[in-house]
Amino acid sequence: MRAVTKRRTWLYFIPYGLWLALFVVAPVALIIYQSFFDLGHHFTLGNYSTYFQSATYLKMTLNSVWYAFLITLFTGLISYPTAYFLHQLKHRQFWLLLVILPTWINILLKAYAFIGIFSQAGLANQFLTFIGIGPQQILFTNASFIFVATYIQIPFMILPIYNSIDDLNPAFVNASRDLGASNWQTFRRVIFPLTLPGVKAGVQAVFIPSLSLFMLTRLIGGNKVITLGTAIEEHFLTTMNWGMGSTIGVILIVAMIIVMTLTGDKKPKGGAPR
Amino acid sequence: MSKKLANAYLILVFAVLYAPIVFLIVYSFSQGETMTNYHGFTWRHYQTLFSDARMLAIVANTLLVALLSSLIATLIGTWGALGINRTTKRVTRESLLTLNNVLMVSPDVIIGASFLIFFTMLKIPLGFGSVLMSHIAFEIPIVVLMVLPRLREMSSSMLDAAEDLGATTRQLLTQVIVPFISPGIFAGFFMALTYSLDDFAVTFFVTGNGFSTLSVEIYSRARQGINLEINALSGVMFLFSLLLVGGYYWIQQASQKRKHRKREVAS
Repeated sequence: MRAVTKRRTWLYFIPYGLWLALFVVAPVALIIYQSFFDLGHHFTLGNYSTYFQSATYLKMTLNSVWYAFLITLFTGLISYPTAYFLHQLKHRQFWLLLVILPTWINILLKAYAFIGIFSQAGLANQFLTFIGIGPQQILFTNASFIFVATYIQIPFMILPIYNSIDDLNPAFVNASRDLGASNWQTFRRVIFPLTLPGVKAGVQAVFIPSLSLFMLTRLIGGNKVITLGTAIEEHFLTTMNWGMGSTIGVILIVAMIIVMTLTGDKKPKGGAPR
Repeated sequence: MSKKLANAYLILVFAVLYAPIVFLIVYSFSQGETMTNYHGFTWRHYQTLFSDARMLAIVANTLLVALLSSLIATLIGTWGALGINRTTKRVTRESLLTLNNVLMVSPDVIIGASFLIFFTMLKIPLGFGSVLMSHIAFEIPIVVLMVLPRLREMSSSMLDAAEDLGATTRQLLTQVIVPFISPGIFAGFFMALTYSLDDFAVTFFVTGNGFSTLSVEIYSRARQGINLEINALSGVMFLFSLLLVGGYYWIQQASQKRKHRKREVAS
């Protein structure tokens, strides 16, 4: 009986294996393959040499990494206390659901809302006028891009941190207090190190998508911020230079692998924002 | 004191999280044409929305792609999870799971761009077919991740009992395994559905000219500026998301309740 079931195992893999081959392995291979071709479909290393010699591309990459870093930092600074306080509430499952709910709203609708809020006569400017600063240009600035990106990523940071706080054994906290540690010492020496895996998972879930958010740079950033994602979209859909687009894609994949290695990919964290 | 501060902080965070959504929906009822000053209540924008034939066709397209792709992805994903669960070698299983997660962690732009190359090379025309295939492709891994834990919870003694009682492989699958893992399958289906409805970047790359989904349409309209019809649309979509979240939550609660009941019986 066992021998029969074992022999049949491969049957289970027909559709799934086909998917793995066609939509996981092949596309990654294709994007690497395409990065070695120029506009005239000739094999070349030119895309890579252009990339590494061009100040524009390198500056764009650094910029993109810098913005992703800022977005991740702000998201983390806001999300950690939120997750921590949330965990002390009575009906925390309900509140957690309220954190998740905005992620179910289409990301473009949220971006669209901010076009209205940040516009010349919008809510934000009305507030600025009210407190006496007067209207400012908010939309199409780097700050507005960072703000909206942070807003969109917050739930994806809160969830893993919340889970790691939930896993934390309260006995450690009590022991630390009994041994005379102050609140701050307890936090710095006990709570934070033990919830670090959650922070790492959150960084993973936020940093990589932040490198590739191209719709926000267009709608909110007014094309002033160019991320790796914007550059790829531009090369693929506007200038039709797929070779160069793929090269930047490969750079993005490498960046992704670096981030995953740095943040210690023990448990793959799903649910990247779309 | 610190408790009050904590609550104030949480209120602030929730206010910021929900402000844009409330803002969108409030202005969907405004008589004006912009999102600046509220001009009094009207259903007008909803009427415009529901008489906009192009928009309705796009909503229908979006729902069709979402339902069809989730259904197919759930089938393939569940089948795949069953396969992964049967692998005996640890190495095989680990590498399968790693491959499974590639699409979960890849940025959307990479998925979109690589699928575009893929479809172009195979000369598959861009449109409904390519969008559907892409959606199925990026939904499968989440279904697998939702179904696998349920499969692991399944005790082998139950399977042995079924086999000893003379169940065929087919009966084992349809009458023992599938009913047991159904909460995972449903959760996977719902997650797939939301992934599909939420996706913009991948669809944007592989959609071509003739075919459009809601996200792509909202993007192109938002680039032209404010149009309160989109606010009305967001009101409808918010309601729809609430229903989906409610459904998902209900399934989770139901499966948890079942677990509790089982524990009570056991003790």
